[in-house]
Amino acid sequence: MSNANLSEKTARISGSLAASASSRTASATSSASPTKAASPARKPHHWARTGRQMLVGLLFLLPALLFYVTFELWPIIQTFWYSLYHWNGIDASTYVGFSNYKEVFTDPELYGSIIHSFFLIIFFSIVPIAIALITAVLVKDLKSKTARGIAQVFLFLPRVIPGAAAGVAWTWMLADNGTVNQMLKAMGLGNLTRVWLGDSHTALTAVGIIGFWLQLGFCIVLLLSGIGGIDQSLYEAVALDGAGWWRTLFTITLPGLKGQIGVCLTMTIVAALASFDVVYMSTQGGPGTSTMVPGVQVYRLAFTQQRVGLASALAVSLMVLVLLVVGPVQALVTRDRD
Amino acid sequence: MKQKMSIRVMGNLMLILTIAFSVLPFLSMFSAALQPRGSMPEGIQFTAHPHWENFAAAWNMANITPLLVNSTILVLVVVPAVIICSALGGYAFARLRVPVKGLFYALFIVGLTIPFETLVTPLYYEISSMGLLNTRWALILPLIGLNLAFGIVWMRSCFEQIPVDLIEAASIDGAGHGRIFAQIELPLALPSVSSLAILTFLSTWNQFLLAVVLENDPNMRTMAGALQSFVGQYQTDVVLLNAGALEIMAPTVILFIVLQRYFIKAMLAGSVKG
Repeated sequence: MSNANLSEKTARISGSLAASASSRTASATSSASPTKAASPARKPHHWARTGRQMLVGLLFLLPALLFYVTFELWPIIQTFWYSLYHWNGIDASTYVGFSNYKEVFTDPELYGSIIHSFFLIIFFSIVPIAIALITAVLVKDLKSKTARGIAQVFLFLPRVIPGAAAGVAWTWMLADNGTVNQMLKAMGLGNLTRVWLGDSHTALTAVGIIGFWLQLGFCIVLLLSGIGGIDQSLYEAVALDGAGWWRTLFTITLPGLKGQIGVCLTMTIVAALASFDVVYMSTQGGPGTSTMVPGVQVYRLAFTQQRVGLASALAVSLMVLVLLVVGPVQALVTRDRD
Repeated sequence: MKQKMSIRVMGNLMLILTIAFSVLPFLSMFSAALQPRGSMPEGIQFTAHPHWENFAAAWNMANITPLLVNSTILVLVVVPAVIICSALGGYAFARLRVPVKGLFYALFIVGLTIPFETLVTPLYYEISSMGLLNTRWALILPLIGLNLAFGIVWMRSCFEQIPVDLIEAASIDGAGHGRIFAQIELPLALPSVSSLAILTFLSTWNQFLLAVVLENDPNMRTMAGALQSFVGQYQTDVVLLNAGALEIMAPTVILFIVLQRYFIKAMLAGSVKG
């Protein structure tokens, strides 16, 4: 919106408000604007005015607070609480202190699921961001509007469908007679074919490939939009300086994309550590426990094994790990923005 | 100049490869879905006689009609509720005096990166104790609450970007907060509101974990949640499974293609802020 347009709108709006406000009595309005108080005698005390303003503020906030506290904040607090108990969800619970946490970090099946989720960061986060970065640097700017439109639509598709559906799609892609094996055979690599998600040696990597597919397109579009916003004169300046390709990358492109890379990192790391939909639909954590991740493990412990306390301890550990990994990335990005 | 050209070509080649990679699973599903029922399809293959009727069969077996109705009702309640709560709350944080504002705002920030797995267990028992398990409300109420952390942060930053002189002009004229909010700020915030609507729609429609946990009856779930039982039932029927899964994805994909400009804008901006 242009400035002139904006001020014109202001004038129009304030005009219409003035007209309607004059027809109301001063006492009926809840407005606390100080400029309006006509006589000192009718001017409310400062604390009364502040109190009334705060009441208005709280009223605006109330609906959001109600839903948020009831259905997000309170369950989070309760997860901490549950994690200190042995409870099967039905009978009385017994307080066990931190022994559930001890189990999370000593039972190989439980801490193994956490290790799996960190392994997935390679495929969900590092590889797609690296490839997206290379692509963005090479393409730099999609000049043609149609090309950009078409590219964006296709690259966004994996992000628009439900993660569970992506799990189904890739179960078929990676099946015994699925497209991946078909392509391998066509390339003469028929001896490499296998049931990728059913082989405990390849299953976790196969899940990683699904994550790679989910994240790559989005990262490319995000980094392309960032690289298009870098001032061209900066590139010309270092080119005059005689800077080569690598120096340009490290002095101009990477610093210019810091914000976007931070966003990609945060988003993809959370997706890897807290993955559920894709894993649940493609392997359910199997074969054996080779693709078990904390999300699926929490679900299994809580709802099929009725070990609510242990599930909660794992859930809290997952949350803390996500915050520990994402926190520094976020801090870095926001500090640079200011 | 010549070198620049070759770099461009390489970049475009990579872009095209990525696009092909993004589309490949969809093609693969389509190819399988068009094979004759009961056959064992292999990878991507062309058929002279595509069996389009598979989609009709899958539509009935995956119960798409009740699912569509259900998910639509869910979205029609959750999205407006989230927008109303976020707009009012975001406005309070951006413009109004609220006691211990910083603390309240920090509470919402906390919710931004909390994975749903963390709270799904207590949520199950909470909904159960409210007697709402397996009802429509079991998904509606939590999904309103769980979308608000982002909604509040989003709407606050949107209201903060509206120039203050607009509001000052109006308050000099004696308009109350309710009027300033409804007649000046909210109309100016409409683009952000529409982006919030799109993002809330996507996260609600695609919600899987909560749907599986809080609704036993697959027909009460979201489209995504229903996939679980459908896959369980037809695991061996590759043709039908792919046809059904494509139908379950179809609504978001179609809506995305129709409103692509708005979706892409919302998703890019949403990721930067979230």
